Amino acid sequence: MEDGEKNDGKRLVFVTVGTTSFDALVKAVVSQNVKDELHKRGYTHLLIQMGRGIYSPPKCDGADGSSLAVDYFTFSSSIADYIRSASLVISHAGSGSIFETLKLGKPLIVVVNEDLMDNHQCELAEELEERKHLYCARPHTLHQTLTKMELGSLVRYDPGDGTPVARIIDRFLGFPDD
Amino acid sequence: MEEHHCCFYSKMLSRFSIGSFVLSLVIVLVVRVLYVLYRCGKPFPKGASPSFTTLIVLGSGGHTAEMLSLLSVLRMDRFTPRFYIAAATDNMSLHKARSFEDSLLPDKPAVKEDVSLQFTQIYRSREVGQSYVTSVWTTILATLHALWLMIRIRPQVILCNGPGTCIPLCVIAFLFKVLGIRWSSIFYVESVARVKKLSLSGLLLYKLRIADQFFVQWPQLQNKYPRAHYVGCLM
Repeated sequence: MEDGEKNDGKRLVFVTVGTTSFDALVKAVVSQNVKDELHKRGYTHLLIQMGRGIYSPPKCDGADGSSLAVDYFTFSSSIADYIRSASLVISHAGSGSIFETLKLGKPLIVVVNEDLMDNHQCELAEELEERKHLYCARPHTLHQTLTKMELGSLVRYDPGDGTPVARIIDRFLGFPDD
Repeated sequence: MEEHHCCFYSKMLSRFSIGSFVLSLVIVLVVRVLYVLYRCGKPFPKGASPSFTTLIVLGSGGHTAEMLSLLSVLRMDRFTPRFYIAAATDNMSLHKARSFEDSLLPDKPAVKEDVSLQFTQIYRSREVGQSYVTSVWTTILATLHALWLMIRIRPQVILCNGPGTCIPLCVIAFLFKVLGIRWSSIFYVESVARVKKLSLSGLLLYKLRIADQFFVQWPQLQNKYPRAHYVGCLM
């Protein structure tokens, strides 16, 4: 797993809720015990993409080094850049964010939104957790997940592609194999 | 008296002939549906066509990313012309498809004017949270719009992977096959987010045998749905 640590010793935790809102996740990451645990593990900055959420977390510059610096924004067209510069990503369960993070080789905690009606999203996160590619949590278990998290035990995800589908489609339509 | 009899017989006759006409129409349709179901999923002979008019259905929530991952490994000259369709409320998908097409032709940025490429938005039958009463009208509107698009495009290949907008399009494509308007091959790839259960779109296209080839990205689903191809993750 890659660590986005820069020379300046900045270790960023990037939180993303995707295109909708997920206030329960934002509240969970800024709760005191989660911030303390992140700080204890050597993270220095917490940056939150909060989407359409109405809960704005308290900002903190963390200048004295005794606590985590906290900042947030609503949307950005360059989420990938934030993921790239992060040492840990905490994400909603959307497949886009999950695979973007895994492909960049970043440690990932997926937090499932329990308020969604048709919650098929946890299927993917739980399957990938079983294969040790990420950790899966709920907003109220995030602290627990952080305390037992061992980044060394995560297995790097090997991205797939559409070649098997393309081969079957080509054969079906009568095209010769390349 | 004679006249009265004659009238009675002619009425009987016309009723009988209308009845037999309807009956034979139903029989023809049933036979045709059975034939279409039998032929669906049968591969084409080698060299059937150098290229196919292709309809590509996109959708937010990861569908578009997976579809572009598939398109990036297909030989695009075999799937020309291409029509991209996304929901009217989805602003990102067609934009991503345009960027993808631009990346195929780096020295020809004026893709938009290319007649072999079209990007179209389609009305959705029901938005998330919309009431069921108003959704009757929007469903009618969405179905008519889908029909109009399908008459215009008459695709030979349909690529889709789960957004609800693909259902009216695929059902109309199936009706076109039954009525002999256009034969098409429907390829459906269930979303990578579906590990244990198919989406409603996937379940319908699988159970009704509308999809010619059905792909799943997790082995658990292939165990449950043996006609599906297990192809590993697209992402």
